[in-house]
Amino acid sequence: MAAVGTLSRVARWGACNVIGRSRRLIFNRIQKRGIAASIDPSIGLTDEQKEFQKVAFDFAANEMAPHMAEWDQKEMFPVETMRKAAQLGFGGIYVQPDVGGSGLSRLDTSVIFEALSTGCVSTTAYISIHNMCAWMIDTFGNAEQREKYCPDLCTMEKFASYCLTEPGSGSDAASLLTTAKREGDHYILNGSKAFISGGGDTDVYIVMCRTGGKGPKGISCLVLEKGTPGLSFGKKEKKVGWNSQPTRAVIFEDCAVPVANRLGEEGQGFNIAMKGLNGGRINIASCSLGAAHACVQLARDHLCVRKQFGETLANNQFLQFKLAEMATKLVASRLLVREAARALQENRPDAVSLCSMAKLFVTDECFTVCNQALQMHGGYGYLKDYAVQQFVRDIRVHQILEGTNEVMRMIIARSLLTES
Amino acid sequence: MTGRVLVGVKRVIDYAVKIRVKPDHSGVVTDGVKHSMNPFCEIAVEEAVKLKEKKLIKEVVAISCGPQQVQETIRTALAMGADRGIHVEVSGKDYENLGPLQVSKILAALAKKEEASLVILGKQAIDDDCNQTGQMTAALLDWPQGTFASEVAVEGDKVKIVREIDGGLETIKVNMPAVVTADLRLNTPRYATLPNIMKAKKKKIANVKPQDLGVDLTSRVEVVRVDEPPQRQAGMKVETVDDLVGKLKEAGRI
Repeated sequence: MAAVGTLSRVARWGACNVIGRSRRLIFNRIQKRGIAASIDPSIGLTDEQKEFQKVAFDFAANEMAPHMAEWDQKEMFPVETMRKAAQLGFGGIYVQPDVGGSGLSRLDTSVIFEALSTGCVSTTAYISIHNMCAWMIDTFGNAEQREKYCPDLCTMEKFASYCLTEPGSGSDAASLLTTAKREGDHYILNGSKAFISGGGDTDVYIVMCRTGGKGPKGISCLVLEKGTPGLSFGKKEKKVGWNSQPTRAVIFEDCAVPVANRLGEEGQGFNIAMKGLNGGRINIASCSLGAAHACVQLARDHLCVRKQFGETLANNQFLQFKLAEMATKLVASRLLVREAARALQENRPDAVSLCSMAKLFVTDECFTVCNQALQMHGGYGYLKDYAVQQFVRDIRVHQILEGTNEVMRMIIARSLLTES
Repeated sequence: MTGRVLVGVKRVIDYAVKIRVKPDHSGVVTDGVKHSMNPFCEIAVEEAVKLKEKKLIKEVVAISCGPQQVQETIRTALAMGADRGIHVEVSGKDYENLGPLQVSKILAALAKKEEASLVILGKQAIDDDCNQTGQMTAALLDWPQGTFASEVAVEGDKVKIVREIDGGLETIKVNMPAVVTADLRLNTPRYATLPNIMKAKKKKIANVKPQDLGVDLTSRVEVVRVDEPPQRQAGMKVETVDDLVGKLKEAGRI
């Protein structure tokens, strides 16, 4: 049946030569839109959201998926592709239009990142971090800061990094040690940040540092630019996945930053960081969702093609049941992420908990889905020629960063057990 | 010349979908199946928008014939840069029987009504592969036509069109108003940008009925039966050229 499908697809283009310059990838199975209604990601969306999703899927299929493996193997930071994405409005999706953003909602953003992720998880995850940084400046910056940074970030003329984690403070983020001592109209920064996505290759750094006493209330948020004296970077880390974005330590040695570069008030930094992360968690969960969606399609296609014991794997009840479970996890995850996005957009009282629940549930479940998809591919699933292993490697880290899933549990438990 | 360009866009089953024939063999399954704009129509819209950006024409009007759902397709054209849309309402049995003859009558009527300078269509639709609508529209209007265009250049009140033909490339110059049909290599359609998708919401889509245009939709064609292509049979390997010739003779091919 697959052969007939392919022939009739080519025949439908009439007498023309499709190999020349087809804008479409006829043989890319992930973005194939002939998809079962039960897992169709466009169900329940408005017409406008379906249009956004369509653009994101097309972009993922044409501009990202063909290069996903190469970017991973060669560890390339795809600057040109991301700038193309920015031209479509993906550089500042939920940033306000007056500084160059697209002014869309959190739900629109989730839908877009879910679709882009089917093309390359690692690149989409970086784009989401970049968006988070642009939003932080847009929301907490004063007029000068917004004018200075947001337009370039929205066009991706400049790239951004979010610097919170340190060698000594990951989950215990509020115990960070990077100091910022006030001297005249500058802060002098000393310390280092670890695991910074984009570090060394990006231009704008949003750094959480200690201007006051211990704990969260002593933390402020500063914006630094690459090239500032005293700002240097560690070696590029070698990672299991997320290889299309460089990860480096960011080091401050008597680095002077103008007080004018502070976002918000002194002591407000931790609050700004956490607000950024609420949205960031939805975005990361959406990236996991896209990967799981792609893997369910890949697994399904493989089951229909691979034969053992005289019949296709699709006739095997265990695998049918496994696929059904994967689809169910996918849909449940999607519903939770989209609800969390709505809650955040409307500033509902359950927004923070829901974002944490979404991040926790979705990253775990989608990793299971992708892992099972790899298993269904058998030995082929382990080869780098097949995309499924890259999805598994790329989304594994989603259970760790932007707040480990253990920290997510802390946040949720606190919301349940604190007397209001 | 009004500088107005009409672009016809057709809503078809998405190219990537696995087509299935209905159990009663009356057609293919369309319910619940993903539809999108015909790829050649996208190329037509892109060409029209490019002409507007070069300021060679003034307005791009996207037209589609069909039920309520075709408005999605018109919106996609608006998101790509068309200025307004016209939805010609055709539904039910009329829509099932809608073919190039009926559509070309509708387009001809609209072209006269809108005083269009140019009508750009896709060369064919990927569902019926007719490759007739452009030609019929030109004939009904008694306008020149440039089909299978791989290059279009507006020069004053004439259009220079490079056509892809069996023998290679043919360049013709026609007077406007004219009909052009887009071939694959004419351009690469742009992605709609997020801001343009939002702007498209505000653009107007007018509703028109075929009767208002004085068009009779009766079909002269009746689809008797639809079947899948036969399953591809396995081939045979032979050792020598003599074997091959022998087998071909056996099969009555030579």
